[in-house]
Amino acid sequence: MATKPSTQKASGANSAPSGSRLAPPIKAVKLRHPFRWIVAGVIVLYFAAFVWDAAVNRPVYDWAAYGKYIFDKRISEAALVTLELTVWSMAIAIVLGIVLAVMRLSPNPVFQGVSWFYLWVFRGTPVYVQLVFWGLIAAIYPTFTLGIPFGPQWISVAAADVPVFWIAVVGLGLNEAAYMAEVVRAGILSVDSGQSEAARALGMSWFQSMRRVIIPQSMRIIIPPTGNEVISMLKTTSLVAAVPFSLDLYMRARDIAGPIFKPIPLLMVASSWYLLFTSILMVGQYYLEKRYARGTGFERMKASVESTEEIAT
Amino acid sequence: MTAESLFTAPISLGGDDVMVRAEGVVKKFGHNVVLRDISLEVKRGEVMCLIGPSGSGKSTFLRCINHLEVLSGGRLSVEGRLIGYREKNGVLFEMKPNEAAAQRRDIGMVFQRFNLFPHMTALENVIEAPIQVKKMPKAQAIERGKVLLDRVGLGDKFDSYPAHLSGGQQQRVAIARALAMEPSLMLFDEPTSALDPELVGEVLDVMKELAKSGMTMIVVTHEMGFAREVADTLVFMDAGVVVETGEPKAVLANPQHNRTKAFLSKVL
Repeated sequence: MATKPSTQKASGANSAPSGSRLAPPIKAVKLRHPFRWIVAGVIVLYFAAFVWDAAVNRPVYDWAAYGKYIFDKRISEAALVTLELTVWSMAIAIVLGIVLAVMRLSPNPVFQGVSWFYLWVFRGTPVYVQLVFWGLIAAIYPTFTLGIPFGPQWISVAAADVPVFWIAVVGLGLNEAAYMAEVVRAGILSVDSGQSEAARALGMSWFQSMRRVIIPQSMRIIIPPTGNEVISMLKTTSLVAAVPFSLDLYMRARDIAGPIFKPIPLLMVASSWYLLFTSILMVGQYYLEKRYARGTGFERMKASVESTEEIAT
Repeated sequence: MTAESLFTAPISLGGDDVMVRAEGVVKKFGHNVVLRDISLEVKRGEVMCLIGPSGSGKSTFLRCINHLEVLSGGRLSVEGRLIGYREKNGVLFEMKPNEAAAQRRDIGMVFQRFNLFPHMTALENVIEAPIQVKKMPKAQAIERGKVLLDRVGLGDKFDSYPAHLSGGQQQRVAIARALAMEPSLMLFDEPTSALDPELVGEVLDVMKELAKSGMTMIVVTHEMGFAREVADTLVFMDAGVVVETGEPKAVLANPQHNRTKAFLSKVL
């Protein structure tokens, strides 16, 4: 090819006329928003009154107790357990969710059916009930065995020997996987059909086009709701009492509050820790979204941390 | 692999070597018959332009050749091999997905909307299929990819993402991407229809160059100038049938069929 016409055109279009010839910036009186200032002032006033009232007039808050327990070792350890529950159960949920979504969209009707059935069961029953069930699993299935039916058995585990922590993780993870599957499926369906056609036309297999072309592009759609799911999971871990598992943040706070008859300051302690973690997660989500906006022309579009918080709660 | 050979089509096996053979091809979508009876032959090294009003089935026929659409009737073969089926003792067997994928490797396709992978740079787009499908070593794929991008005039855009390229640049990357698989046949589905008028020329230039190198090409297009200059055969389709076929200058100057006349009077 002798010519490179477009590069010249493109550079010509991009170069702005020299600065000296630009018209001077517009000088205009800014539009005033007095009503905004009034409303903001009223809100700040009310909030300040609420805080002052809480600090001075409401002894039940017992801020001394709050201060005493907020960095209590038992509380911070329990916060760590809650974090571990969240991380492990979301890890299970994301991996299984991707598998289920890909199965649901595969050309194989058997896979589609299996995925549909899983969602039907795990999305169709409350997570609290599922957690109670998992807690009773040892009564129904005393041992888990990996092997060939009527043939050799490789691994056999007594259900009673499985640590309660892992039963809670499995219970939360399997439930969440059903929701993650729908998140991933929506992301995959959002990718333009021309992408899979282009991949097929290049001789890529269905699996290759999924892994290399479709799923990476769907990430941009999948990540915001996944962030919401993580935040939601962090709070859902407070249900593991149903298993029963009692070392997480909420149960620990209650156990401390019980004997000293101070439920309210310890609820405030637990809430503060939950809020801290969700805030950190929101920052992480912001950077992940930026990372996957690569090449979409939306790089400069600010992923709004505030708006995701609205959806999360 | 030299730079020159990248733009050179496979060795011609003689003048009457048929690359694509369509016999009575029918394609229905539900009750809607899009292709009624398409029979034509494309010889090795031939450039065929398909023209016709929208909805005439040109693009559908092109997609059938690449098995992106499954035929409803008739037979379609590329290089003597049936598309999508194996024939054994007169019985047709549906191909396994990996066999169909293997067939598509040798047929390059360029889409109206480019369909570049937006999460990959220009160079990554070009090397993706050679690495994933042909299992080519990455270093070799990169080397060939750079040569190909250079040949389509994008030697300075290796690391640009599609969103930062103009339409014409994107389409040239798409052509390089298809050529990276060393196809023996290239299909172009209205490659310039989504482009600003000022960008059409740069894409057509690349296609002319490709045609000169001896590549077998089937081009669905509305660019009559390109058809007149580059095509060996012009096919006018309407309502799912081939209305008229011939040498482009003859068909354009002196159409035999009334429908061809009516269409050409609107577009020329």
